[in-house]
Amino acid sequence: MNLIKAEKLSFRYDDESEYVFRDLDLTFRQGEMAAVLGHNGCGKSTFAKHLNAILLPTGGKVYIDGIDTCDESKIYDIRRQVGMVFQNPDNQIVATIVEEDVAFALENLGVPPKEIRERVDEALQAVGMYKYRMHSPHQLSGGQKQRVAIAGIIAMRPKCIVLDEPTAMLDPIGRKKVMNTIKKLNNQFGITIILITHYMEEAAQCGRVIVMDEGKVLLDDEPKEVFSHIELLKQVGLDVPQVTEFIWELKKKGVNIDTHIIDEEECSSILLKLLS
Amino acid sequence: MFRDITLGQYFPGNSIVHRLDPRFKIIMTVIFIVTLFIGQSAVSLELGGVFCVMAIVLSRIPWKLILKSLKPIVLILVITSLLNLFFIKDGLPVFEWRFIKITETGINTSVFMVVRIALLIAGTSLLTYTTSPIMLTDAIESLLSPLKAVRFPVHDLAMMMTIALRFVPTLIEETDKIMSAQKARGVDLDGGKIMDRIRSVVPIIIPLFVSAVRRAGELATAMECRCYRGGVGRTKMRSLKFGPADIIALLISIYFLAAVIFVNAKL
Repeated sequence: MNLIKAEKLSFRYDDESEYVFRDLDLTFRQGEMAAVLGHNGCGKSTFAKHLNAILLPTGGKVYIDGIDTCDESKIYDIRRQVGMVFQNPDNQIVATIVEEDVAFALENLGVPPKEIRERVDEALQAVGMYKYRMHSPHQLSGGQKQRVAIAGIIAMRPKCIVLDEPTAMLDPIGRKKVMNTIKKLNNQFGITIILITHYMEEAAQCGRVIVMDEGKVLLDDEPKEVFSHIELLKQVGLDVPQVTEFIWELKKKGVNIDTHIIDEEECSSILLKLLS
Repeated sequence: MFRDITLGQYFPGNSIVHRLDPRFKIIMTVIFIVTLFIGQSAVSLELGGVFCVMAIVLSRIPWKLILKSLKPIVLILVITSLLNLFFIKDGLPVFEWRFIKITETGINTSVFMVVRIALLIAGTSLLTYTTSPIMLTDAIESLLSPLKAVRFPVHDLAMMMTIALRFVPTLIEETDKIMSAQKARGVDLDGGKIMDRIRSVVPIIIPLFVSAVRRAGELATAMECRCYRGGVGRTKMRSLKFGPADIIALLISIYFLAAVIFVNAKL
């Protein structure tokens, strides 16, 4: 079933400026995990903000679970369904205590105090931050703060979470933990994930990769297929995972090898087979 | 340089004073201030002193901290006592030399004023020592809530206070970073004449402001994403509750106020 449906979506910031994107058609199914790639200014963050009515389309429509995002009376239903996590964890934490911050959205929605308590504990456990619930945000590392921000979203029990470069400001360990949390939310709770990222290794872990360039969808397929278009990706200023590039270089040198490889272990087993 | 600033000078603990409902603590502090100011005689001041010392002992706040809170007002205390000492001319003269005349009333008043101000500061800083900033904000929101009837934006005010508290450490960290960045570019922040020093603040303040405004924009978007729409229809996870201990504490402070009023009436 389609959870998110964008139809002929166009957007520009004001009447004089150029269109960020035009006639964009994209759908996302309930429960899928998709990555959106594209170099800076290709319109991916702007697109993301259309998914929970932070921005409204100039032309076309966005439907979330059948609700039009232009319907102002349903705006909080939409925002509860589609949560959003941003790049800088510092700028999305509101309260001075972790659990207070996770409770923020629920307090806004007018949930009864007892239920808030339960859902906050649940959300903090889901992201593995329960034992830090009484800490103040500035005592936490970047990765921990980002997980708190994610907990603040999943406390709303959304159907979909849009993450706009959530790991861009994190160190490698924090990045890995945040990625594991995101994958867990998708696997265990069936939450639809839309991950905007610059890291090809992260995109390779998703079930679907969408490549955007200058406001258009360039590629939209499984990661293996997408990353086999190495030359096209390089043209639009993107990379491919290191292993894919490695295999591709081998192929160029005349080795007979399948280039649909994005996984390190897969790569090593194929190399072993070749060498023996 | 900014690392040692702690906001609201909260001293964590689990004493009975710490555990009192913050709303009651604010009300008791107000009653305490009134008690000090309506007191006319040494006896009423002693009553205030007993109450204050009792609270400090119960709070298990080290005396050193209480003295530290008095440090910034030492100058005020000295000036007050000197003014009272030299400018009160009535009463029995104790010491007279040319135009200087010190009287018994002068000495009494100056001691009285100094003790009164010291008690005032010690008592009110006990409130911030034993109550965390977030509890204070909650209490202020709760105490001001009757003002909602006259459309005073109580929730918005509390929200602003919370966000300000939340961003103090973040902005301090940022200031540190900007200072290092500017030093790396050759800005001299420490030396020079007073005017040079004032001027050298500019390359710190401007980037700090730009970044704070950008942060505010991002925070606003993040809050909207989490369905923020002001105070209407909002619930709270943690609500303030008062128990018998709070009422007893309040009654004690009222008792002291009544005692001072009684002493006054007898004069």
